[in-house]
Amino acid sequence: MAKRWLKAALGVFFAGMVCLSAAAQDLTVGLGANVTSIDPHFHNLSPNSSVAAHIFDRLIHQDEKQRLVPGLATEWKAIDATTWEFKLRKGVKFHDGSEFGAEDVVATLKRVPWVPNSPSSFSIYTRAITETTIVDPYTIRFKTKEPYPLLPVDLSTINIVSRKHEQSPTGDFNGGKAAIGTGPFKFVEYVPGDRIVLTRNDDYWGDKPHWQKVTLKLITNGAARVNALLAGDVQIIDQVPTVDIAKLKTNADINLTRIVSNRLIYLHVDSFRDQSPFATDKAGAVLPNNPLKDRRVRLAISKAINRQAIVERIMDGEAIPAGGLLPEGFFGASPKLKAEAFDPEGAKKLLTEAGYPNGFGLTLHGPNDRYPNDEKIIQAIGPMLSRVGIDTKVVSLPWATFASQGSAPTYAFSLMLVGWGSGTGEVSSPLRSLIATVAPGRGASNRGRYSNPKVDSLLQEALNTVDDEKREKLLQEATEVAMADQAIIPLHYQVNVWATRKGLSYTPRADEYTLAHFVRPAR
Amino acid sequence: MATVIDRDGIETVPTATTEAPLRRFVAEFAESRLAVGGLAVLAMIIVAALAAPLISPQDPYDLNQLDILDGRLPPGTESATGFTFWLGSDDQGRDMLSAILYGLRISLGVGVMSAVIAVVIGTATGLAAAYFGGRIDTLIMRIVDIQLSFPAILVALILLAVLGQGTGKIIVALVTVQWAYYARTVRGTALVERRKEYVEAARCLALGHARILFRHLLPNCLPPLIVVATVQVAHAIALEATLSFLGIGLPITEPSLGLLIANGYEYMMSGKYWISFFPGVALLITIVSINLVGDQLRDVLNPRLRK
Amino acid sequence: MTVFIIRRVMQSILVLFVMSLLVFVGVYAIGNPVEIFVAADADQAERARVIAALGLDKPLWEQYLLFIRNAVLGDLGKSFVFNQPALGLILQRMPATLELAVAAMVIALALGIPLGMYAGFRPQSRVAKAIMAGSILGFSLPTFWVGLMLIMVFAVELGWLPSTGRGATAEVFGIETSLATWDGLSHVLLPALNLALFKLSLVIRLTRAGMRENMLMDYVKFARAKGLTMRRVVFVHVLKNIMIPIVTVVGLELGSVIAFAVVTETVFAWPGMGKLIIDSINNLDRPVIVAYMLITVTMFIVINLVVDVLYSVLDPRVRLADMKG
Repeated sequence: MAKRWLKAALGVFFAGMVCLSAAAQDLTVGLGANVTSIDPHFHNLSPNSSVAAHIFDRLIHQDEKQRLVPGLATEWKAIDATTWEFKLRKGVKFHDGSEFGAEDVVATLKRVPWVPNSPSSFSIYTRAITETTIVDPYTIRFKTKEPYPLLPVDLSTINIVSRKHEQSPTGDFNGGKAAIGTGPFKFVEYVPGDRIVLTRNDDYWGDKPHWQKVTLKLITNGAARVNALLAGDVQIIDQVPTVDIAKLKTNADINLTRIVSNRLIYLHVDSFRDQSPFATDKAGAVLPNNPLKDRRVRLAISKAINRQAIVERIMDGEAIPAGGLLPEGFFGASPKLKAEAFDPEGAKKLLTEAGYPNGFGLTLHGPNDRYPNDEKIIQAIGPMLSRVGIDTKVVSLPWATFASQGSAPTYAFSLMLVGWGSGTGEVSSPLRSLIATVAPGRGASNRGRYSNPKVDSLLQEALNTVDDEKREKLLQEATEVAMADQAIIPLHYQVNVWATRKGLSYTPRADEYTLAHFVRPAR
Repeated sequence: MATVIDRDGIETVPTATTEAPLRRFVAEFAESRLAVGGLAVLAMIIVAALAAPLISPQDPYDLNQLDILDGRLPPGTESATGFTFWLGSDDQGRDMLSAILYGLRISLGVGVMSAVIAVVIGTATGLAAAYFGGRIDTLIMRIVDIQLSFPAILVALILLAVLGQGTGKIIVALVTVQWAYYARTVRGTALVERRKEYVEAARCLALGHARILFRHLLPNCLPPLIVVATVQVAHAIALEATLSFLGIGLPITEPSLGLLIANGYEYMMSGKYWISFFPGVALLITIVSINLVGDQLRDVLNPRLRK
Repeated sequence: MTVFIIRRVMQSILVLFVMSLLVFVGVYAIGNPVEIFVAADADQAERARVIAALGLDKPLWEQYLLFIRNAVLGDLGKSFVFNQPALGLILQRMPATLELAVAAMVIALALGIPLGMYAGFRPQSRVAKAIMAGSILGFSLPTFWVGLMLIMVFAVELGWLPSTGRGATAEVFGIETSLATWDGLSHVLLPALNLALFKLSLVIRLTRAGMRENMLMDYVKFARAKGLTMRRVVFVHVLKNIMIPIVTVVGLELGSVIAFAVVTETVFAWPGMGKLIIDSINNLDRPVIVAYMLITVTMFIVINLVVDVLYSVLDPRVRLADMKG
């Protein structure tokens, strides 16, 4: 009785304090990743690009499955092996009213490598261009040194800014002065670490967004984000923590949407060194011969892992067991590659064949703050390997420490869990960075220093083939060769999950972008 | 009846037997049933923690005994191998009962070890600063100030980020952030005590520094020290849990109570309460019993509260 | 007094200097920030460019000397991540944290002193025992866990209060604060309560301990014998005496509240400096970490100084001369 009375009294008190500002055309979004800048060329970081996609357009857009669709360019083609021609969209206006044209594209391409103090530049996507020619105000040509089929994909990451802001520093974008694009929303306010406020661009050239005012709230704590959604403070959240999915599924006020992502979670194996620092005998002494150089041992590790159990028990079903570098349907992904079946007996047999009938000792390293459930995954893999005889210790580290120790030049680990998201949506991206032999421009994230001349030459050929069909074949072949050799041990592809309040729908995207203009009232 | 000065006098009057204070102490402590209960529970917890390897159904730190297929089972479920999870299992298939017993070991060990080391360092430096004054005081208090200038949680954060994970490292971090509190508390009290007549008297009698410090000043500094120490042991355990929540501290393969709570809290909303709830209860009981004992100890030891 | 303060300030500068060096080296030892910033598909040339752009290609001592030279001129460097002056970034977030800390302290004192006084005045009563049990619970529960429970109960289940973020702000006496609007207050209530819980327990315990000790003192008996009312004795004489440890602790704890806001801000997505520092540590954004430490430490030093001065005012037995410090 008294309790009910108290509850009612407090309810009346607090009701007066709760803000009731949610108008029908306002949308509040809870974003899980921190946004570091409004400047679209400052930091090559997916959350930044996602926000930039509200304010700016690119020459070519990627649809929800990362296929290329016209953006500010209506068509593009290679007119010879090293020249690309882009036709630009006419009648597009920037938010300040000025007309969009080829000059803006040139200014943007100059600005990209210029941005001072960029911690991660977009110039890796514009570097291939050696020369830019304006044919007419709505036609532009790019020359490359070598045949470069990736140019359209690369340019689909570059946001076009107004020619007036070629020399505007990052601060002018964050303050709003230079945050002038052609995109579906206009910039209103950016409070670092807290929120970004946008308003609809009524002159947008494409489909007009439903929302008059959009607030992107940065809520990096997963539980806090889910709570904000349940409490109705935000209408949609991204990066739904997997543990909460079961509960949200049964909640009638919440809708979930999902799509398989371009992010692979895998194990990198030191297949390079003759002695690997964490490949030891059972007493802990480093083995004279690195067992991980033997393909059979790598395959045994792969067979020892129960991927289905990890997906079901740790990822709560929000992942797909992986056998390749990208899920089927992405450019260059081989449909032949299936996830290795869980086969502990086969693993033991392979270990015996390789000369390790009693196994050996190994340490599995992984980050604890980078990928969904990263720490839990390595903890689950440890016992799986131990059960086939490889006594495995598990060590998790913050990404900052993990990445600096595990990469060039120290390469401190023997077996490590890493993830790879292919921003371009093409299998050339992981092939080039993870599997190609370490060399300038290649193998920058090849933490196991895997090297296979056959893969290298197939990849090189693919990267010089402009014809899409041929290129895809070559990429598939390179992937198949690498995976047959257990270059890396794939675990699963993540599934991206969004949760909205009932009555709203979201088109899920493989690139992890959360775009307010794709949030719509459900029909 | 016995005031501070009287207490000092007891020493010089040889009629008091050595047994009497102890007996009186026990009698006074037993005045509070709650405190006696707390002490009993605490004793049980300590025994359980020490005997964890003997009484746990499973070694939760041996990854090879875990199977994720046994993960997140509710309390009372039987696993495929016929093993019963009386308090359920966590996401890795770890038996919660065993994990709690082992976790108690670590949490208590970390809390007590860090507090003991910090008290020793803090008391020694604080007393020295107050007693000797001058340059020594200046030097020590500057170091204390530097230490206190670093917000505790941030020092621990950065220190652990640099040191890496591990029980020893977290103790180092906790001692580093705690010792200065003791030093400051002891010095503050000792400054007031030092001006009192009994110290002057002791000095006039030409007693040695060590004797004045440890036999006269220290006992009078104890009450506030015990208050702070009680708070700090609890604080140390909570801080360790918080560091785990923020993602650094103990290795995930050897969870303390705090880490178990941190790992399980994300399941609270999805109805799998036992992963976080039971370690939370264990932590709560532990800290509450420590505090009950500490409270009564303070009342008994405080000479100014004696009637 | 003046000499004391000047000396303190001189020493504080030395403290700041030593600390900046420690943090600088400490952050350097954690790892290489470039690994965090750089795009995953960046090649070696891009990595080299980033290292040079952030000035990380120079030896550590040179980087430090450069930092000191700029710091003397008032420039604490630019954030690696945001490319904005680190000082500006922190000052931008400071009001949110200060208002959270002040709200928490007000809650802790406003509830803690009366409850503690009662518990100390009638230590054997049931209410007093309940208060003490509550205070034990208060610091037995980890802050982050209580925070999540508060959100679950008050925001999710009951829906009375917003779960995250900071509310609308308004200007009062030239300060932009969310404590001046209903919306802002509704947002600050849960996080402030969460942050206050620990300090509330501490204040209760300190007040009760002080109360019990003082009530047995001769001056109380004297005052009562002189015919003063109990009310006057408690609220004037005893209160003044128990304020000494409370002032000390509250002063010291204000800084720790600001630091501990790290946890509460993470749970409640409160846009303060605590959240910034956690992000910066995760990103190894050294300029922000160093600047944050310098600013908090400066605040601490000021607070300590004020506490020491107050201490000497409240307790004449302790003279500042003793704290040549």
